[in-house]
Amino acid sequence: MHKLHADHRACQGYGNCVTGAPDVYDLDDEGVVVLLKEEIDETERSRVEEAARSCPVHALTLGG
Amino acid sequence: MPTVAVVGGSVAGVRVAQALRSEGHDGRIVLVDREPHLPYDRPPLSKQFLAGGRDLAGVTLLTEEMAGRLGIELRLGSAAERLDPRGRTLRLADGTTLDWDAVVLATGADARAVPWPVSSGVHVVRCLDDARALRAELVPGAPLVVVGGGFIGAEVAATARSAGCAVTVVDPLPAPIGRVVGPEVGALFTELHHRHGVATRFGTGVAGIEGGSGRLRVLLDDGSSLGAAAVVVGIGAVPNDAWLASSGLRIEDGVVTDEHCRAVDDAGAQAAGVYAVGDGARSYRRGLGRHVRAEHWTNASEMAAVAAHNIVAPEDLRVHDPVEYVWSDQYDWKIQIAGRPVEADRHELVGSIAGDAARGAAVYAGADGRLCGAVTVNWPKAMFLCRRMLGDGTMADETLGRLRALDDARR
Repeated sequence: MHKLHADHRACQGYGNCVTGAPDVYDLDDEGVVVLLKEEIDETERSRVEEAARSCPVHALTLGG
Repeated sequence: MPTVAVVGGSVAGVRVAQALRSEGHDGRIVLVDREPHLPYDRPPLSKQFLAGGRDLAGVTLLTEEMAGRLGIELRLGSAAERLDPRGRTLRLADGTTLDWDAVVLATGADARAVPWPVSSGVHVVRCLDDARALRAELVPGAPLVVVGGGFIGAEVAATARSAGCAVTVVDPLPAPIGRVVGPEVGALFTELHHRHGVATRFGTGVAGIEGGSGRLRVLLDDGSSLGAAAVVVGIGAVPNDAWLASSGLRIEDGVVTDEHCRAVDDAGAQAAGVYAVGDGARSYRRGLGRHVRAEHWTNASEMAAVAAHNIVAPEDLRVHDPVEYVWSDQYDWKIQIAGRPVEADRHELVGSIAGDAARGAAVYAGADGRLCGAVTVNWPKAMFLCRRMLGDGTMADETLGRLRALDDARR
């Protein structure tokens, strides 16, 4: 399992992560990222990591 | 061991290199860039970096440690000079030649050349060194003229104003952002400048620039002129594809690709092993039925993921056909734009896109009544919903209803 982390203060609400993996990321009403799950299975790693890398302010990191 | 050469170390190239590893590529990855700096991100160059709030480390996309961990070989400070798609070689300016099994062209776009040559004091903002040079000119009270009222020009104006400069933005269009969002909403972006004490001379072109740093004069085509300590020119970008002229690839204001980011040769056939991504790629869009070259961070990032996947898994090709999305931070506005607002028949506003407490959206409908674009100000949640509805082909009236409900819930 990989641990997903969000820097809520860095988040600017660009929303690219939600577009990439809507089952893992969401935005709250203020436009700040919400993690729908934080433990990411190896089989989902590539897709969740790609969505994390689509963040323009590098607010998302997926642990090894 | 197959080698992938990635030419260009901005967001498109870096994301390709990273995604290749995520996708399971276990051969060599060589990332080439003409600049000597570690790969860096460009959006902050007209904003936080220009304002002095961030240094190079704050905009670095790929550190040596990250590159080492992913097994990405960096070849920095060495421009690509010649690509031979048949021989599968890439020659660099340092005289070396790289053999590749796949190559990704991500050399981006350069600032359009300044058509008014002056010895000093005239800037563009495209690369790190440009932004550093301009930063030194942002002195409180200094008169600054920005030529070009598009996104880069507007962001530079906002940053310079925050630094205390006396800023005037010049553009031949009466509402420059109107090119993207239509004239009515575009006018609201002009008011944004005025509310923050930035003057505009819109509807007026530049006839020439005279003088040098600290004593420039910008001549306008209505016969008037503006004095300036420094001038910033933001009049668009052109793809950096001249180095590919002898490659046999099809180049038409960018490297032409199919919908899978695979480059096409000048006979129209797929150029085996050659991919192009980012600002310098003109890719076929299935949804639009034509080729599009987009200069957007998100587009570059999305193309990179598609190209990397298609290199590793050619039996399971992914298509690049995104909902277009850009953002711009100007003064106290977080502006987000999706789809193609300028192609709309009509638009309606939800909330407010004016004044000091703006939070609202413009929803654009095409001739068929479907949502075709959206602009939001300080309202990321609404933008995210619009992006999803653009992808789903939602009717504009339904979008309006959902945004109004979201707006009511907030009040």
